[in-house]
Amino acid sequence: MKHIHRLLLIAFFFTCLTPAFASVSKEHHSETHQESHYKEKFETGPFIMDHIADAYDWHVFSYGDFHFKAHLPVIVYSQHSGFHIFMSSKFHHGHSSYNGFELAKEGEYRGKVVEMVNGQQVRPFDISMTKNVSAMLISMIFLLWIFLSVAKTYTRRKGLEPKGLQAYLEPIIVFVVDEIAKPAIGEKKYKKFVPFLLTIFFFIWLNNLMGLMPFIPGGANVTGNITITMVLALFTFIITLVNGNKNYWKHIFNTPGVPWWLKYPVPLMPLVELMGMMTKPFVLMVRLFANITAGHIIVLSFISLIFIFGEMSSTLGLGSSVISVGFVIFMNVLELLVALIQAYVFTFLSALYFGMAVEEDH
Amino acid sequence: MGLVTPELGTFIWMFIAFASVFFLLKKFAWPSIVDAIEERNDSIKEALLSAESAKEEMAKLQADNQKILKEARRERENMIKEAKELGEQIVREAKTKAIEEAEKVVESARQAIESDKAAALSEIKTQVATLSVEIAEKVLRRQFDEDQKQKDYFQELMKEVNIN
Repeated sequence: MKHIHRLLLIAFFFTCLTPAFASVSKEHHSETHQESHYKEKFETGPFIMDHIADAYDWHVFSYGDFHFKAHLPVIVYSQHSGFHIFMSSKFHHGHSSYNGFELAKEGEYRGKVVEMVNGQQVRPFDISMTKNVSAMLISMIFLLWIFLSVAKTYTRRKGLEPKGLQAYLEPIIVFVVDEIAKPAIGEKKYKKFVPFLLTIFFFIWLNNLMGLMPFIPGGANVTGNITITMVLALFTFIITLVNGNKNYWKHIFNTPGVPWWLKYPVPLMPLVELMGMMTKPFVLMVRLFANITAGHIIVLSFISLIFIFGEMSSTLGLGSSVISVGFVIFMNVLELLVALIQAYVFTFLSALYFGMAVEEDH
Repeated sequence: MGLVTPELGTFIWMFIAFASVFFLLKKFAWPSIVDAIEERNDSIKEALLSAESAKEEMAKLQADNQKILKEARRERENMIKEAKELGEQIVREAKTKAIEEAEKVVESARQAIESDKAAALSEIKTQVATLSVEIAEKVLRRQFDEDQKQKDYFQELMKEVNIN
């Protein structure tokens, strides 16, 4: 049974890379074009941005004009031409347009799908399965698979010692329950919030780790994407509001222990409190996004150093690569720690906000 | 700016995916996991407590056993001591009895000797009387022959008696 699971996992990785999903393409350009391509000046900014930003295909590596990448479906709805679904391979790595859609090279929509309407770039309603979305969905499948099987193990081996995957995850689950949920929310009310806290903890942690992997199914910057962290923070916010009790709202609209003239006629205190209510999830969103993105930027900067020095002279590039790779390894190890810490921080702060929402009047 | 601008498409995907995964895990995974851990923790705690009480009981039992053993040992010692005393007493009694018996035997022997002696004395007396009568007879027979001779003979007889 164990071996079947492992085989399935390996098979899953490989299906990601089969030609049906991915394509290994070799483009035929003129000699001159290829040469000019090689001599293209290395630009650090766009290089880093392309790596941490979302994309319509899942790039693994390129060698000259040899691109190893998985093409992903583009799903767009345009007010001018309606609904379109096509694979990102139609863009030929951004070189050509398809049905009037193309990847913007410059400007506000750089790297995004735009429709050319009367010579103007118009952004359609875009629900493409981009790199981040695909990576996120894969991580969701992982989460479901891991925890449903672990839950099954728990019901099957009731009262027995933990075994296998269950034994690895149990200390972490116990940590989230005992060290995050219980102290932050309180012994009486923590139970209700445990499922959410466990879900965000493992979602963030798993995606942080997958973001450190340089190849499929990792390599996407899911938790370093502001939209993803925004949804996570939004969930925390909604759950806080839904569970806010009378005491919580009283603290916001009629803060006790504050002189009356701060609340009436100008509701200064309530305004401050309302702002505080909004900034909490906002800070959650920005913290996770910034920490993970920053880690990726540092790693990529060290990698860029090799190319910058390499452009000066190949010997220098070779020499600096040793140092750069050393730093990259150090950063990656540090990022392993950050991956866990950020998952912990996000979960713990969410738990604290829930704790505030359900706190009783003393 | 692209980095910090939320994308509506990603938002929709993420919202739906996260909501459904959260729902599924909340329904099918987390309760059984958390409850199972809690149940197991409780059962372990209970087992530890009961083990502790069993240990205490065991210690108490052991102490009781020790006490009983000690008592038994003391009783045994007492019994041995009593038996010894009894034995000594019996020996002592036997000894005194034996002495008494011996004394009795000696006494009876003395009495027998005494009575025998008396009987022998009385026999001697009768014999002396008989002898005296015989002598007197002989004396009386010779009386008339000679006066002197009578006297001598009497003397002689007297001597004989004395020797006897």
